[in-house]
Amino acid sequence: MRIAVLIKQVPATDKVKINKETGTMIRENLESELNPLDMYAVEEAVRLKEKYNNVKTVAISMGPPFAKDVIRDAISMGIDKGYLVSDRKFGGADTWATAYTLKKAINKLGEFDIIFTGERATDGETGQVGPSLAAQLNFPILTYVSKIIEITDEHIVVERSIEGGKEIVLSKLPVVISVVKEINEPHIPNLAGKIKAKKADIPTFTSKDLNADPSKIGLLGSPTRVVNVYYPKMTRKGIIIKSKDPESAVSELINFLKEKNII
Amino acid sequence: MPKEKEGYKGVWILSEKREGVLNPVSFELISWGAELAKKRNVPLSAVLLGEDLQKDAEELIKYGADIVYVVDDPRLSYFNPEIYLNILANLIKDEKPEIFIASATTMGRTIMPLVASKVETGLTADCTGLDIEEETGLLLQTRPAIGGNVMATIKTPEHRPQMATVRPKSKKPPMPNEKRKGKIIEKNFSEKVFSTRIKRISFQKDETSEIPVQEADIVIAGGKGLKDGKNFDMLYQLAGLFNGAVGASRAAVDMGWIPYSHQIGLSGKTVSPRLYMAIGISGAVQHIAGMSSSDVIVAINKDPDANIFHVSDFGIVGDLFEILPLFIEKIKKEVKSQ
Repeated sequence: MRIAVLIKQVPATDKVKINKETGTMIRENLESELNPLDMYAVEEAVRLKEKYNNVKTVAISMGPPFAKDVIRDAISMGIDKGYLVSDRKFGGADTWATAYTLKKAINKLGEFDIIFTGERATDGETGQVGPSLAAQLNFPILTYVSKIIEITDEHIVVERSIEGGKEIVLSKLPVVISVVKEINEPHIPNLAGKIKAKKADIPTFTSKDLNADPSKIGLLGSPTRVVNVYYPKMTRKGIIIKSKDPESAVSELINFLKEKNII
Repeated sequence: MPKEKEGYKGVWILSEKREGVLNPVSFELISWGAELAKKRNVPLSAVLLGEDLQKDAEELIKYGADIVYVVDDPRLSYFNPEIYLNILANLIKDEKPEIFIASATTMGRTIMPLVASKVETGLTADCTGLDIEEETGLLLQTRPAIGGNVMATIKTPEHRPQMATVRPKSKKPPMPNEKRKGKIIEKNFSEKVFSTRIKRISFQKDETSEIPVQEADIVIAGGKGLKDGKNFDMLYQLAGLFNGAVGASRAAVDMGWIPYSHQIGLSGKTVSPRLYMAIGISGAVQHIAGMSSSDVIVAINKDPDANIFHVSDFGIVGDLFEILPLFIEKIKKEVKSQ
């Protein structure tokens, strides 16, 4: 069985700080990290490798050259081999063009039974690349997967965590699977893993290597265009009640909710 | 690759029938779609896939749909991404809508990227604003990114349809009008469209959460300040009085006080209710990312410097174990007197 995990490098959002004067994000010196929600995809692939015989795992990331760092993170967790998909020509790609580029990389690496992704990246927060890739590969897709129940040579049975309950679904292989956080608890890499990751050779695929259609990659190949970006104020100038007895504080809250037509 | 834009006309919304019930997000979508249809001076169409749909189609018309495209088949009674994709891609090819929007539910966020890829067009996820650009007539899709720290406006200039998912609860449903008239168009497809590699085996309903937290009008959320999982009982009681849902910070979920499906924030759910109450939640940036688009935010916290107060419309600095029981009693009285 061959498993690919698609991962992304994102700004380290848990280190995002807000300027209290302006209420906007401080963008200087943002560190980057492996998308936290991708860790669950990596972990699940590693667990399948431990559970079944003859499982080969690869991690693929599209991004700038320093995105190799997050590929090393995945290798330190137990992924066998990593590949970087990187080319200036890929810059500005939206989810459609990204999925096309990843499809070309997957095709180049041969056949896979399962392609894992995280639920979404914590920067773009679209969650669209997985389904878009599935459509372009003509693979079935299972999203919001919270448990893998069974895998045979031909199919996989999973639990999906959706509004109002859990759905048990079967799909034929090959399949694209996006996992949610509740599927596992990622382990912390051990020293051997870290050493392996440090030494790992991570090949880079350029647009030429992938024989990518220039009209389908990067900004030019993207159907969408970002036309405006702004940094909204997240702060609100609210009423804050301090040093009051609870009784009157609650009365004021009730009045406030009435004013807002909530009660 | 851009294909002819000519001939693409009309605004479509994707209605959602879930476990036999037409989901209210369908009506919110009508609110979104009706504004766009009016500005483009075109009819608003709803697409409805499922089983036993006559009543639901009539309902959509009462709420504001001019046309309802109905595909009624037992094989559509649950969301099968492959079959839904085949049908929607075919419908788009036949009918050529200019704009197609869905709710950013687990179904919407799965089916829309599949469809957009298949028909080779753009898609914008989880929008909180949609408008029509006056000069060009293009759909302006505005969405938050990086936890709401950045807002981006996105266009799909050359490809059709222009597609977007919109955040649930970010618009109120319209008032229904019993006398409203519209057209119901039944569509039939060949057997080929129904062939699939995916099969649902079962569905286990959640016993705890009646209303998914993303779809609740009122969310009562608790954090570390609650000190014990048992104290979430108070939140459930309050949520019950409001007919709302209970949310939680990551800290509370990590303690095992409440399941992950209730987690609000960057690695949990993003919500946009009319009222969000943060109780004993300090307001880490990642938490705020999941609730900052709420209409009204109320915080109760004993730490006057807690970050949550910066994003609150109303805050009480104090001991939640004193304040909350009093508040619950008063709300009980309010509910009774109504």
